[in-house]
Amino acid sequence: MTPQAPSRPHSSSRERASSGRYSAWRLLKEGLGGQRGWSSAWRKAAPRPRYRVVIVGGGGHGLATAYYLAAQFGITDVAVLERGPIGLGNVGRNTTIIRSNYFQPQNVRFYDYSLKLWEGLEERLNFNAMVSQRGTLNLFHSEAQRDLFTRRANMMRLLGVDAEAVSRERLREIVPLVELDNGRYPVLGGFLQRRGGTVRHDAVAWGYARAASAAGVDVVEQCEVTGICRDGARVTGVLTTRGAVAADTVCLAVAGHSSRLAAMAGLKLPIESHVLQAFVTESIKPVLDVVLTYGAGHFYVSQSDKGGLVYGGAIDGYNSYGQRGALPMTEEVAAAAMTVMPGLARLKVLRQWGGVMDMSMDGSPIISKTPLPGLILNGGWCYGGFKAIPAGGMATAHLIAHGAAHPLAAHLDLERFALGRTVDERGVGPFPYAH
Amino acid sequence: MLRIPCPWCGERDEIEFRYRGDARVARPAGDAGPAAFTAYVYERDNPCGWHLEWWLHTGGCRKLLWVLRHTVTHEIRKVGSSLERAVPSADVEP
Repeated sequence: MTPQAPSRPHSSSRERASSGRYSAWRLLKEGLGGQRGWSSAWRKAAPRPRYRVVIVGGGGHGLATAYYLAAQFGITDVAVLERGPIGLGNVGRNTTIIRSNYFQPQNVRFYDYSLKLWEGLEERLNFNAMVSQRGTLNLFHSEAQRDLFTRRANMMRLLGVDAEAVSRERLREIVPLVELDNGRYPVLGGFLQRRGGTVRHDAVAWGYARAASAAGVDVVEQCEVTGICRDGARVTGVLTTRGAVAADTVCLAVAGHSSRLAAMAGLKLPIESHVLQAFVTESIKPVLDVVLTYGAGHFYVSQSDKGGLVYGGAIDGYNSYGQRGALPMTEEVAAAAMTVMPGLARLKVLRQWGGVMDMSMDGSPIISKTPLPGLILNGGWCYGGFKAIPAGGMATAHLIAHGAAHPLAAHLDLERFALGRTVDERGVGPFPYAH
Repeated sequence: MLRIPCPWCGERDEIEFRYRGDARVARPAGDAGPAAFTAYVYERDNPCGWHLEWWLHTGGCRKLLWVLRHTVTHEIRKVGSSLERAVPSADVEP
């Protein structure tokens, strides 16, 4: 292990380039000045031998945790270690949807807290993340499904979260492209959460990285963690491709690869890694101004600001660390799309890709201490991690700063599995491939 | 797209099969205690590499097969029937 360095390191000699405050005035000024006044949005930090907190993983959750540690809890002696460049992991590979229309009350509270943080995020970070609350609309196709959705909407409204029923007549106006009387699964109605929507995903990573860096956090790119150091049970730091880094607290925020990192510390998790595909079509004129989900299969779609339809479905269904999907799911998702929006049949798919998910055993995330003192886990996000970035970061930072769970995330502890209080949103049991 | 060589039906598309998870998980003895059962129900190795797993040939012979597959390349190296042994042992390593 490396010798202990002074823990408060911000010497005046250290380069602290600031990208300055972004504003319309600044845009005008830099435009007149030939765009020569801009600097990089965050410092390209090199890792120091010791930090108070080391966060492994520079994705949405890792960067948000670092930002809230510095900005909310006053802990700035923090490093975020990212294997590649910022923004190329799952934070830039998802379908960018935000919402809080969950069924389990503790999930509704947690994800709605996240939605509230999204609502003020851009002002707070001084970064345009293109938060667009265009509404998420869930279609239902049977009486039983209507009952289930009604129950969910009532649960949300009891908790003060917006949800409203939408009739078939109004659906015709909101989503004229949807074939309500399709022969396979006719649409009976829908439920709308107006505060749901989309956010530009890479801007979330960039915005948090910039704000965290400005608050004093070292955002270290091209720095892969290759080992986790332990002194007995206690985790004392990490080994990286750029040297050993000691830390009082190590936080794993590497969803998709949590099991691999935990294994370096000798820990086995209630998680399987699965691949989830996403797709983008060629750009067309505006045809869809909500996030639409199909109820008789796994299919969700929104239209990006560039005009492409961004859509996805379910996980491929078997353990995978390959960042690509297989054709059976590609076909299944396309079939669902054609059932609900046959008018899109002639659109070409421009891109298809896959991201590796931490599928937890109950379908809910994990923000928790671990059996190893000094090791905090943020993972198990299944395919719902993007929308939870602000709340996940805040809750993880709270856990690191106070040593106790954030009240809205206390149910997401690792112990819930042994104690039999799993948070099974779908009610399918401990089968990650079924969530 | 996986092509799984079923010992009874020959090589078939993955769409004929239903995935049933990690085949190395073994049910502990009845008196093993809560920690052992928690590990059995919830904890998984989740390897980035060779993975021994169950596949049910739902669209074919309906036999439960164990398959040794690589979780990054998806290469399938060995396939066997659950009839041969309930839980394959370590001798099916690649």
